Formats: sequence, structure tokens, C-alpha cells
Amino acid sequence: MSTYAYYPGCSGLGTSQEYESSTRAVCRALGVKLVDIPDWSCCGSTPAHTVDHLLSSALAARNLALAEDLDAAAVITPCPSCLTNLKVAVHRMSDREFRMQVNKLLDKPVDRSTPVKSVLQVLAEDVGPETVAEMLPHKPLAGLKVAPYYGCIMNRPPEVMQFDDHENPMAMDNLMAALGAEVLPFPLKVECCGASYGVARKDIVAKLSGKLLQAAEDLGAHAVVTACPLCQMNLDLRQGQASSAAGHKFQLPVFYYTQLIGLALGVPQSELGLSKLCVNPRLALDAMHAVQAEKREQEAKKEAAKQIHKAKAA
Amino acid sequence: MEVVDIHASCDHEFIAKVEEESEQKVRLCYQCGNCTAGCPYTFVYDIPVSQVMRLVQAGQKERLLSCKSIWLCATCESCTTRCPNEIDVARIMDVLRHMARREGYVAEKNVKKFWDTFLDSVEKHGRVFEMGLLATYVAKTGRFWTDMELGPKILPKGKLSFKPHEIQGKDKVAEIFKRFREMQQ
Repeated sequence: MSTYAYYPGCSGLGTSQEYESSTRAVCRALGVKLVDIPDWSCCGSTPAHTVDHLLSSALAARNLALAEDLDAAAVITPCPSCLTNLKVAVHRMSDREFRMQVNKLLDKPVDRSTPVKSVLQVLAEDVGPETVAEMLPHKPLAGLKVAPYYGCIMNRPPEVMQFDDHENPMAMDNLMAALGAEVLPFPLKVECCGASYGVARKDIVAKLSGKLLQAAEDLGAHAVVTACPLCQMNLDLRQGQASSAAGHKFQLPVFYYTQLIGLALGVPQSELGLSKLCVNPRLALDAMHAVQAEKREQEAKKEAAKQIHKAKAA
Repeated sequence: MEVVDIHASCDHEFIAKVEEESEQKVRLCYQCGNCTAGCPYTFVYDIPVSQVMRLVQAGQKERLLSCKSIWLCATCESCTTRCPNEIDVARIMDVLRHMARREGYVAEKNVKKFWDTFLDSVEKHGRVFEMGLLATYVAKTGRFWTDMELGPKILPKGKLSFKPHEIQGKDKVAEIFKRFREMQQ
């Protein structure tokens, strides 16, 4: 497997620590080699592109230029917001004039076009759900009903993101199915959760995240699975605000997909970071264990009936 | 129904500027409404996105730069992805707020303050310092009660650092901002 230049993103050092540690652990377990981009800086996220597209691309491109020295197959990041800024920068810099403008803002210019991917894309395409399923023949997450939520920009716009289906992405669905989980057909996979308006306009996030939680609850999900630090924070930390706005108390754990893969692979708790989640993940895991116990009981009963039948026949 | 006298108030220079900065042809929009149908933010917009597109075609600069919608677009890319004429609508929304900033229009002050505070943090430390960002935002806006109830939920998790994660190249990042400002002048 190739080596990847890894861009963690700022939230990985803070609010999405558990995404960061579980991503690294899962990559290690699946043989995906990560080399951190040395002294990486913020991509500018949403605020930069709302100010100016050249500034936004330059903030992202500083990291692309630093990654060139690593000679890696691709730059990869767990965070969709970082991913978008890095990919948009690469996309726009295919225009020579724009690249020259960006380079004027940088100390170290960008010389070549490095492919940028999400960690999800690497796990879904370069590793593949089949490999994961082979490693886990006992299907450790059987009985866990999950609503896979990709967020709005992991796959959009398709011309730039070039990954999976932009209306009905399946990468995370297939990985979750490989763990044995029951993947629900979540209709709001790519709807926006309210993005970065949590601080300035929490009413927006409460309403939009509430819609997502309601849809997941209506499907009978035990948990929502996400691939984005901002989506996870809106759905988990702000679940109480969404509940107040909806006039209905939601109690849905919200996992990072890497936490569930890690759990299935037996990654230590210290790296899974389940205790960092706000809505107690036990709610979902207990429900999963109850389903598994029930299934075992049914099988035992069937087996016992078979034995009695055999004994009678004899 | 609102009637706009486009002959009297059409700013052709504005249309050309939006087209140039966004690299999009706004005249391609035939008002199908697909963007508004998929936009999750219409419920807080003062002008739905398809009407923003129409007002750009009609050169209604003042009306657009002073509206709230351009500050509340999250760039979720639903409009861009679903436009049958492949117009990058989200990019046009972005360009409109760039113009609004330059001309001093801010219809959603707290949104702008949050974004500005975020970028200040990046300029200062090289990476965004989440705790510092929140503290500065609260100090700037005076919104001391905002998200108070989240404190007990997140602080015990030990995720928020009370110190910024300084990088070695933070001066280089600050230089990007400096050169950008010089270029703007």
C-alpha cells in the first residue's frame, strides 16, 4: 500500500480529537501508511472562501507545497471542509494564471498537482470494504442499526470532489455493512446540518440538525454515523439545542465512522475515544448487544429443538 | 408581488463584475427554481437563491449586497450540484459576499464577526485556536450567554485546549495574509 501525506486539520487537535485518534488507529490496522505534512497550517476552512478565493487557495496551497517534499501518492485528510479547500485549490490552480497568483502569496511555491483525497475515499477504494469484511468474518457490529450521514461537501460538487455518488454516496454504507452493521437507507445523506453557523446562528443548526436526527430516529436508527467533525459536533454536542427547537427529545449517539471500524477491529478504547462523545454511545451499543443476545438465544432454541427432534427420531 | 423596474435600475457594470469574478454566465439561468428547491437555508433567507440569480441578471446591486441571504449561504453546494445549466451558484453567492465586504455591507453582523475572528486566529497562530476563537467572538459580540449550556457538556471531555497550537511557520502564514492585503490595495 502506498504512503499518504496526511493533513489532520485543526479540529483534530481539539473538538474532533476522537476522529483524529481513531482515524490514525484504523489506518494503522488496515495498513494505510500516513506521514504527517510537516508544520501544516490551517486550510482557511469556510471563513477564508467567504472573504476571497485567492486567499482561500493560498492558505490551502501552503500545505500542498509542503506535501510535495514527501513524495506521497496523495494528500489525504479526514475532514471534508479541509478536503474541499485543498481540492478546490488544486482544481483552480490547474489554471496557470491563478496558480501564479497563489504562488505570489506563498513562501514556497506549488510546483505540481498533487491528488487530494479523503481518508474515507482511501478506505473505501484503496483498502475496500471486501478487505475489511474478510478481516472480520464474525461480523462484530451485527444488529447495530446505523444511519450513514456524509454531510454536504464530501461529494459535492462532483466535478471537484470526484468521489462516489453525489446524491446517494455509498462508501460509508459499504464499510459499515462490512462490519456487519445494519445500514439504513438514510434519505438525508447529503443534506446540510447547519455547517459553521452554530456559534453565530445556532437557531439554523438546531433546525437543520433536528431534521436529520428526526429522519434517523424515524428509520429506527440506533446511531448516526458521520465522516465530518462539524456535522458530528452539530448533531452530538448540539443535540440538546436541536431537541429544544423540535420540541422532542432526541437521544441518538453520533459516531465517527472510524470509531465504528476501530471498535470492530478491536482498537483500544484510548484511541477510539468513545468517551469523548456527548450523547452516550452506550445507548447504541447496548441496543446492538441486545439484538445479538436475542439472536443467539433464538439460535440456541433452534439448536435445542433440532437435538430433541433428533433424539425422538432415534 | 415585487416589481423591479430593470430598465431604470439595472447596473450593467455590476452584472459584468459578478460574471468576471465568479467565472459564471448568469444569463444562463432560466429560473427553473431547482436551486431554491434544494436549498436548506431558504427558511432563513430574505431572498431565495433563485431570486438572487434573477436579481443578478437584473443588475440589482444594492438590493443584493444588502441582503441577508448572501451571509447565510453555507456553501453546501446543493444549488451548484443540481443546476441543470451547470452554473456554479454557490460560487456566485460567495462572490456577492466578497463584494458586500468590499463595499461595507453587512446584513448579518455576527456571522461576519465569527468568520473574521476565525481568520484572525489563523493569522496569529497558523492554526485555528478553538477556545481563543470562542472567547474573542463572545468578547466582540457581547453574547455572553450564547451556548453557555454547552460548557458542561464539552469541557469535561478535555478536548478544548486552553493554549493555541502554535506552528513553526506561523510567520509564513501571517505573510500570506499580509501579501494578500497588499495585493488588494
